[in-house]
Amino acid sequence: MHEQTNRTRPILLQGHERSLTQIRFNNEGDLLFSCSKDHIINVWFSHNGERLGTYDGHNGTIWTTDVDSQSKYLVSGSADNTLRLWNVSNGKCLYVWEFPTAVKRVAFSDDDEKVVCITEQRMGHQGAVRVFKINRDGDGTNQSLEPEHMFHPVGSKATVCAFTYKPSLIVTGHESGKVALFDVVSGTEVLNNERAHMDSVTDLQLSLDRTYFITSSKDKTARLHDTKTLRVLKTFSTETPLNSAALAPNKPYILIGGGQEAMQVTTTSLRQGKFETRFWHKIFEEEIGRVKGHFGPINTIAVHPAGTSYASGGEDGFVRVHHFDESYFKAKPYGDLEIED
Amino acid sequence: MYIEPKVEEYRPKEHLKAWLADPLGRDQYVTYRGDDVEIHWHGKASQCEVAYSKKNWTELYVSWSPMGTYFATLFRQGVRLWGGPSWEPQQRFAHPLVKLMDFSPCEQYLVTWSHDPITVPPNLPQGPEFFSPEDEGNNIAVWDIKSGHLLRTFPTSLIEGEDSSMKKQMQWPALKWSLDDKFVARVTPGQQISVYELPSMGLHDKKSIKIEGVIDFEWCPHGEKDRDEAEKAAKSGKTPKKAKENMLAYWTPEVANQPARVTLLEFPSRRILRQKNLFNVTECKLYWQNQGDFLCVKVDRHTKTKKSILCSLEIFRIREKDFPVEVVELKDTVTDFSWEPKGERFAIVSSNDPNLGNPAPGITIKTDISFYQLDRGKNDFRLLRTLASRTSNTIRWSPRGRHVVLATVGSSTKSELEFWDLDFNNEDRREGQAAEWGSGIQHVGSADHYGVTDVEWDPSGRYLATSASAWRHTLENGYAIWDFRGQVIEKHILDRFKQFIWRPRPPTLLTKEQQRQIRRNLKEYSRTFDEDDAAEESNVSAELIALRKRLVDEWNAWRVRCKRDLVDEKRSRGQRVDGDRHAEEKEEIEEWIDEVIEQIEEVAE
Repeated sequence: MHEQTNRTRPILLQGHERSLTQIRFNNEGDLLFSCSKDHIINVWFSHNGERLGTYDGHNGTIWTTDVDSQSKYLVSGSADNTLRLWNVSNGKCLYVWEFPTAVKRVAFSDDDEKVVCITEQRMGHQGAVRVFKINRDGDGTNQSLEPEHMFHPVGSKATVCAFTYKPSLIVTGHESGKVALFDVVSGTEVLNNERAHMDSVTDLQLSLDRTYFITSSKDKTARLHDTKTLRVLKTFSTETPLNSAALAPNKPYILIGGGQEAMQVTTTSLRQGKFETRFWHKIFEEEIGRVKGHFGPINTIAVHPAGTSYASGGEDGFVRVHHFDESYFKAKPYGDLEIED
Repeated sequence: MYIEPKVEEYRPKEHLKAWLADPLGRDQYVTYRGDDVEIHWHGKASQCEVAYSKKNWTELYVSWSPMGTYFATLFRQGVRLWGGPSWEPQQRFAHPLVKLMDFSPCEQYLVTWSHDPITVPPNLPQGPEFFSPEDEGNNIAVWDIKSGHLLRTFPTSLIEGEDSSMKKQMQWPALKWSLDDKFVARVTPGQQISVYELPSMGLHDKKSIKIEGVIDFEWCPHGEKDRDEAEKAAKSGKTPKKAKENMLAYWTPEVANQPARVTLLEFPSRRILRQKNLFNVTECKLYWQNQGDFLCVKVDRHTKTKKSILCSLEIFRIREKDFPVEVVELKDTVTDFSWEPKGERFAIVSSNDPNLGNPAPGITIKTDISFYQLDRGKNDFRLLRTLASRTSNTIRWSPRGRHVVLATVGSSTKSELEFWDLDFNNEDRREGQAAEWGSGIQHVGSADHYGVTDVEWDPSGRYLATSASAWRHTLENGYAIWDFRGQVIEKHILDRFKQFIWRPRPPTLLTKEQQRQIRRNLKEYSRTFDEDDAAEESNVSAELIALRKRLVDEWNAWRVRCKRDLVDEKRSRGQRVDGDRHAEEKEEIEEWIDEVIEQIEEVAE
């Protein structure tokens, strides 16, 4: 596994001047969107790493981005307190929503009709979860300023969120390590798992059918959860704080990345820092391989929806795209076990 | 009327050394926790199991005989010995309120001691196994293990303190055995050493050895060389020219213008072999190397003002003509000394910590550890290496030598274990390169056992056991077993844990030549072991495969449920699902076909 993943020649995407915050593939996997603290969103051809263009307009760190399933619209949230809607194909900003605080996380619903966003709790403003209905008619500039739904989760701040398989239900990860399900209409917490993690949840990515999801946390673990019951299915324990976790489609693997806090990087060697993307077996909870490359903590990982490549974005400002080689697909490190995706 | 006694039916006894024939070659150890005594088998992780356990098997503590044949437990009524695979009672010794016991080296005799003087109540049964009126008032008893008979009793002899207000201390063992079980001796401090012959327990030559001022003595151990020679002699049928005699060493302090003195005495000839005078002596301790090759006398000296204490090691070389003595002078106080078994090295713990001698809670004495080795070229003992500023206060050599553990025992703040190898580059040296002096010493591992009170190697020298006994403190009692590199094999924190002892093994029955053969053909032997290991591994992997299969089955079953739920969920919302799509995707396509049959252009005029 180790060698196999190393043999694939990674493509280094050098289009950001500061650390990466989030990267996303589109539905077909041909495009890769990356956002960074340098106020820029880049879009790349994932197969060769050629940059297609940028989405300019934000005036602060861009924390988050998501693209709809038709690759028509892109949303992004930033420390400039705005949520923006973009035309994917021409890079034009279609609409700007402005809030009192920074936008930390955005996500499309699976029918592309809605966008959920989390705004930060800061300067006397409560953290809020807003759901906007996206008007897909016309040129996309005709959006409603007011959210369709809005609520303030009580208790620990929400850090990550996503729509589940039910359009009315979103899943959130919190600073306390809590994972919860919220009904967007009523704003009530339907279900929670207070002790899903022992520290802040840093990433949350759903399976393709959204029936389960993976979270990463500062508590040095990544966990797999059942969306319906929030039961923890699997735990992946490491020795370093984790920033991101992703599911590999069509293979029973998960990818996790992290490393020491940026503040402590100068005092840790590369080896200690564990700046590697680590592959674990999803079912057996065993580590099966590592991929080196970044010079700092890995902040975000995304896997191609067809499971043919993956990309990682680091504190070092680079995005590395790795295409899996033939042996990755042939290898059966655990024998002929048929594992449902 | 005479009744003919019934002849008891013959019951074959179990073999007392059966454990040595364990097909897996495992060692045993005993643990005593709360009221439970357990005998464990110890081998590879998969081979560890409890061999036997019994509640209230002892009331005080437990003990093994020196070669592991017997297991002793202490009760109010006396000592009982157990043995064999089913731990049947082997013998009992009725010494009421017994507190201490000691086996003779060849397991033929047992010494017991009770603080309470022996009393003989009128109803006490009579017989060779019981005390008789002439034993009354004594504290020490000597027994024959096989017959269970009482051989002799003694009063406790006490060492007089320097002034009478000092508490009188009893030495234990009070009786010291020659290593062949032929003699046992006791010292009457300041006066004499009395040697008794076995099995009669009569005073040898009907008189004690009068030695003015004598404080302490030790018998010389018998080495493998001695044993081999004796065997050779026995085989050839010749009686050896002169049977090798026993030897003992004793020391006397300065008395009335006579210097302190260490003496080597041959026994039973009572010939003085060597004497050495010593000056300004506060205290001497005698340390025999376990093969009887060397004797080290650790001499604590005071300066004229008696203010500071120096230390010197007087090392007698027993195998050489005229017993040459070599002196190693040290500035610091030596708190522990230990010979490498079967070796030419020793280790000492020394300290110049001002807190030494004034134990206070929370203070751990700083120590240095030094290793010395006999330099064959120069023919003297030279320092190999000093490990400075440590807290280790205990040296534990592996019974096979080479490996040594340094431990900090009895401290509330430190509990480090350091594992050292003194022949780390042994292999290189065999190739003929003259290794640099002391370069073979290598630190191989460190570990920590919080609250450790006891440290003991297993008889094979492969494993080390550490325990934290509730007799000393009540914090995290329990025990741990480590390999010789300091990797933990198992660790158990057990409330009210008291005692851990490995079962000793008797000396090997293989001759030197056979041992050499085995070492030479180690690859052959290890192959079969490797095969066993591989077989076991595949067993384990079979289990692992089964576990993985189970995990995958669980996962797949859950995925099927999930997918079904999802379909239901979407249908309930009136959404299309993958399965339905195919049906609905059958679009009806109406095709309008215009066929131009004929086109006629007419010109209307």
